[in-house]
Amino acid sequence: MTTSQSQAPAVAPVAAARGIVPFEGFARYAPHLADPVTKRRRKLAASLEEAVRRSGLESGMTISFHHAFREGDKTINTVVDLLAGLGLRNLTLASSSLLSCNAPLIEHIRSGVISRIYTSGMRGKLADALSHGLMDEPVQIHSHGGRVHLMDSGELKVDVAFLGASAADEFGNANGTGGRSRCGSLGYAMVDADRANYVIVLAEDLVAFPCAPASIRQDQVDCVVKVDQIGDPSKISVGAARITSNPRELLIARYAADVLEHAGYFKDGFSIQTGSGASATAVTRFMEDRMRKAGIRAAFALGGITGSIVDLHKKGLIDKIIDTQSFDADAAESLRSNPGHIEISTNLYANPTSKAAYVDQMDMVILSALEIDLDFNVNVITGSDGVMRGASGGHSDVAAGANLSVVVAPLIRSRIPTVCEKVTTVVTPGECVGVLVTDHGIAVNPRRPDVAGKLKAAGLPLLSIEELHARAVAITGTPAPIAFTDRVVGLVRFRDGSLIDVIRQVAG
Amino acid sequence: MNIAKESIAGTLESNDLLVKVSPSLDASLEVHVISEVMYQFGAQIEATVHDELDRLGVKSGVVIIEDKGALDCTIRARVEAAILRSSGAEIDWSRLS
Repeated sequence: MTTSQSQAPAVAPVAAARGIVPFEGFARYAPHLADPVTKRRRKLAASLEEAVRRSGLESGMTISFHHAFREGDKTINTVVDLLAGLGLRNLTLASSSLLSCNAPLIEHIRSGVISRIYTSGMRGKLADALSHGLMDEPVQIHSHGGRVHLMDSGELKVDVAFLGASAADEFGNANGTGGRSRCGSLGYAMVDADRANYVIVLAEDLVAFPCAPASIRQDQVDCVVKVDQIGDPSKISVGAARITSNPRELLIARYAADVLEHAGYFKDGFSIQTGSGASATAVTRFMEDRMRKAGIRAAFALGGITGSIVDLHKKGLIDKIIDTQSFDADAAESLRSNPGHIEISTNLYANPTSKAAYVDQMDMVILSALEIDLDFNVNVITGSDGVMRGASGGHSDVAAGANLSVVVAPLIRSRIPTVCEKVTTVVTPGECVGVLVTDHGIAVNPRRPDVAGKLKAAGLPLLSIEELHARAVAITGTPAPIAFTDRVVGLVRFRDGSLIDVIRQVAG
Repeated sequence: MNIAKESIAGTLESNDLLVKVSPSLDASLEVHVISEVMYQFGAQIEATVHDELDRLGVKSGVVIIEDKGALDCTIRARVEAAILRSSGAEIDWSRLS
C-alpha cells in the first residue's frame, strides 16, 4: 500500500506546476485517522484545565457561556474560577446573561480576570456592584437577538465558548434534553457553537455516539470534557409553573386576555408569546376558555416556554411550540418527547439581521415592565433606585417584531409607581408598544388608534396613560428623583446594535 | 399623648411597616426611618411620621420605622397604633376613624 510513493514521480511536476498539494498519504491532513483510538476520542479532554490549554485561550481574549440554567448555573463561576487560577487576565465575558448566582464573579472583576462584560442582564450582588462602579468599562447590555447581531457584525468575537450540556457524545453532539441535569432548549448556546472560534462542550453525561438530537453539532465542536454538574434545573423555573392566586395579578391577567381577544389579532392561526411572569402565565390560562369559545387555535407559541404553554399545546389549542429557552421542567420534558415542540437558536428567534427571525411572525406578545413612561418607553433593566436588576432579554426583540405588544404590570409596586413621566432607562422604545394593562385600567398607545377603537367597542376600561400616571401618583406621592453620578456603568444596545440609552452610576 | 413604654405596631409584610416606639431618656424626640423605598420616599415618610406625631401631641420619645413601601395612610395608622399602645391611655374607639 505505497500508492503515494509509487505515483509520486508522475504527480509531483504537475502538482508543482499547478500549485496543487501532492498527495502524501490518507492521514497527512487528518493524522488522527491513522490511530483507531485517537480517531474517535481525539476531542475528549481529560480535564477542564486541559480543555482550556488546548483551546489556546490567552489573557485579553473573549469567553462565552449560555445561561439556560438561570439561577441554577454551575458552569460560569466554575470556569472563571479555573481561568483565574491559571493566571488569565483581562478577559471579556460574554455570557448570554448573568444572574444572582454569578455574584462570585465580583472577585474576578476586582482582581482583573474579567475586564469587560457583554450580557443581557444581571441581578443581585453582581448587578449592585456593577451599578456602583465596579468596572472601568461599562457593561454592554444586549437583547437576545441583539447578542447574535453583535457577533455577526464583528463587534463581539468569541474566542472560546464554554457550553454546558446535560448530554453529549465524544464528538461533541450535545443537547439539553438527555442526561441528568436537563435545561431543555440550548437556544442561546447554539449561537455560540456556530460562531465561536473554539467550542468546548462541558458534558455532564457522556453518552454513546451519536448523541441525538444534536442541538450542538459535532462539526461545531472542538473539544469535549466531562464535568460533574453543569447546573441545577430545579432553579431554572422562574416561579411560573403554578397559577397565581394573587387577585391583583389575576385581574391584570383577565384584562390582558380581554385585550388579546378584542385587539384584532385573535383569529384562527394566530401566534403568541406570553413569557414567564405570574400575570403572563395566568393570561395563558384565561386564553384557553376564550379560544375554545371562539373555536380557534394558535399556529405557534414562541419564546421562553412554560408548562402552561405546553398544556395548551397538549390540549390541541397551540399547534407548534418554538422554544429558545425552556423555563421549567415541563417545558424541557415536552421538548424531549414532543415532535411539535421545536428548539431554535436565538438567531432564529430574534436576531434582526438574520435572514428571518421568528419574532417577525409574531401576532401578540405579553411583556413585563419595571417602568413604563408617558411615551410608552419600557424599562426592564434598572430598578426605581437606579440600580441594575433585570434583563433586556427578548423584550425589545419581540416588541419590535410583533403586530401587537401588550405590557402588563401592576400600577404600583410597593410604593413605586410603575407608570412614570420618564423611565430611568429605555430598553424598548414606545413606538414598539401597543397597549399597557394595569390593575387600574388599560391604556392604548396613541400610535395605535386602530387597537383603541376595537377595545373601546368591546367595552374595556380604557384610560390615557397620563390618567394612569396621575392615579398612581395620587396614591403614592411623587417619588424623589434618583441621584446619579456622571460615570457611565452600562450601555444599553438596541437589538440592531445601536445605543438606545446609558446607565449611570448611582450616587452614594 | 406620651410614649410611656416600649411598644410596636405593624408588620414587615410588603406595603406595610413596623413602628417601634420607646421613651426617650433626655426628653427629645428622635425619628429613625429605614425603608426599601428610601431613595424615592424617605423624606416623605419622615415628614408623614412627624406630622402624625404632632397631631397626637407626642413631644418626646424614640420612634423607629422599618418601612416596606407602605402608603401614607398605612404609615399614619401604624404610628397612631404604636403610640396608643405605648401611652397606656384608655382608647375611645368611637373617636378613631
